[in-house]
Amino acid sequence: MSVLATRNLTRHLHDGEVEFTLVEDVSVSFAEGEFAVITGPSGSGKSSLLYLLGLLDVPTSGDVLLDGESTARLPEDARAALRLRHFGFVFQFHFLLPELTVLDNVMLPMRQLARLDEAAMRSAARGVLAGLGMEDQARKLPSQLSGGQRQRVAVARALANQPRFILADEPTGSLDSRNSAAVFAMLQDLSRRGHTVIVVTHDADFAVRAGRRIKLVDGRQKPEVRIQKSEI
Amino acid sequence: MLPLSLDIALSHIRSRKRQALVSVLGVAIGVGFFIALSGMMNGFQDYYRTELIESNPHIVISDEYRTPALQPLEGAEKDAVLDIKRVLPRDPVRGLANAPRIMRALDLMPGVHYAPTLSGQLLLRRAGRDYAVSALGIAPLKEERASNLVRDMNQGSLAHLAAAADGVIIGAKLAEKMQAGIGDTLAVAARGGRATLRVVGIFKTGLEQLDAGRVYVNLTKQQAMQGRARIVNQIRIRLADIRQSIPMAEMLESRFGYKAAPWEETNSRILSVFVLQNFIIYSTLTAIMLVAGFGIYNIISTVVGEKARDIAIMRSIGLPAPAIVRMFLVQGLIVGTIGALAGCVMGYFMARGLAMVPAPGATEPGQTLRVLIQGWRFVLAGGIALLIAAWAAWLPARRAARTNPLNIIRGAT
Repeated sequence: MSVLATRNLTRHLHDGEVEFTLVEDVSVSFAEGEFAVITGPSGSGKSSLLYLLGLLDVPTSGDVLLDGESTARLPEDARAALRLRHFGFVFQFHFLLPELTVLDNVMLPMRQLARLDEAAMRSAARGVLAGLGMEDQARKLPSQLSGGQRQRVAVARALANQPRFILADEPTGSLDSRNSAAVFAMLQDLSRRGHTVIVVTHDADFAVRAGRRIKLVDGRQKPEVRIQKSEI
Repeated sequence: MLPLSLDIALSHIRSRKRQALVSVLGVAIGVGFFIALSGMMNGFQDYYRTELIESNPHIVISDEYRTPALQPLEGAEKDAVLDIKRVLPRDPVRGLANAPRIMRALDLMPGVHYAPTLSGQLLLRRAGRDYAVSALGIAPLKEERASNLVRDMNQGSLAHLAAAADGVIIGAKLAEKMQAGIGDTLAVAARGGRATLRVVGIFKTGLEQLDAGRVYVNLTKQQAMQGRARIVNQIRIRLADIRQSIPMAEMLESRFGYKAAPWEETNSRILSVFVLQNFIIYSTLTAIMLVAGFGIYNIISTVVGEKARDIAIMRSIGLPAPAIVRMFLVQGLIVGTIGALAGCVMGYFMARGLAMVPAPGATEPGQTLRVLIQGWRFVLAGGIALLIAAWAAWLPARRAARTNPLNIIRGAT
């Protein structure tokens, strides 16, 4: 059963007179709990595809279906509400708010969603941090953490509202191999726990170990490689 | 727990304490000056207006008409087109023709005090020198209640004038110039012939023009000296309720036909100067606050630029654009509110300080500037400051909310 899918998804970008093709006629679908990577050379449109999947961007034509529902025509505020509830983003750069503590950063999406009271938010945020081995750092500011720790906090923030989809854009791009492996393991673990994880990466090692690989070249989809479990 | 946007707004302000403090100070100075200077300006106007009301009649009925009298033919043929030529106006008998009737009517009106007068020039002679003065013939006992001459009396009294048919009350400056005191006699030349007056009182208003050039004599004496027996050319009226001046004047004018001018009309030039003064001072003070608004714009604008990444991530997490606008609007309002409150305190003490400054051109010793400290002035100044702060913050806030977060995220990765 596909929970997130694209249909003939196309995104063009206008820069003055020039028109760029970011994504061209891509139709993919993702099942619940799937762990997929999107790969391709630089400028192939893999990040753009991820932003479209995460409702951060609006397609030029085609559609993104969330649980079979069209999202292309939704106003920005409605897409923001869907993002808040269903999507967690991890970027190459951690994008933590420097003035807020680790705990407050993780609580940020929870406070906007306002589904829990303060005490419940606090304990939920601590729980997420504990799951990533970061419970001791909750009172620190991002500037007091190492790069790998910051990225783990960013993952914790992405998980704050228990989103169904984790979308990661080069999450290991600024990390060394040891931290990369840890983040990879973390994402893999999330997919086992039922989150649908979609990762953009050009880390070949990473790509090989994922359950599914979608390859883009010049915005177009290449024939897909399904990796057998035995190969992992 | 604070609302999310307020919490983040506070964290932004905390990260730029010094700049925020300067912006707060800018607003405070604007609000403080607004309160103190507008209070001083209005205090002066208020003082001046009170003086006008106290030292002038509230309504003056004079022997003039607002519109020239109709020609008999015009009255007979109302709708006709007439071309009347070579009409010479009749030399009117100056004076209020029906003054006794008007005064009898005024006697019956509650809260109305009046004093009939006949004004005219006199030439006083003393020690070989002439002094041209404007003389008012008054009914001393009526004058007592209709003007503040009583209050201004330095020596002698209106009762002394009432008791002496040839008495005269002169101004302090004139007395000094003439070296005249109570009991001295003055020779007079007037239209009606020569006479002799005896000084029975000296007044001092503080207004040079009056103290050196105005004398009061008995009405009958004035009528005799001016050769205009039984003529009154002005009836000056004081009202218990000053707010009735305009409707009362309109009523008197329509009833008796003579021009009845309320004090607002008599002093309309001064009052219109006040309007202009207010326009200038309030627009200048608002401009000062507008400049303070630039300070707020500057700090919010800087924060918006600096926090582009934070804004992008908050947008991607799912904070809607209005939440971002609120976040920065709140920052402006925090700066504006603290500034306005500090400004109110500052304005209060500035106003108190100004009220201790000796007034320039004071007519009495120890007179200081009059500064109005009124609640609405604080509310108005604070309100304008908050409006400007909101506007100054809203401009960059809107820009922050409009920025496409993808531009930042793409650029960073």
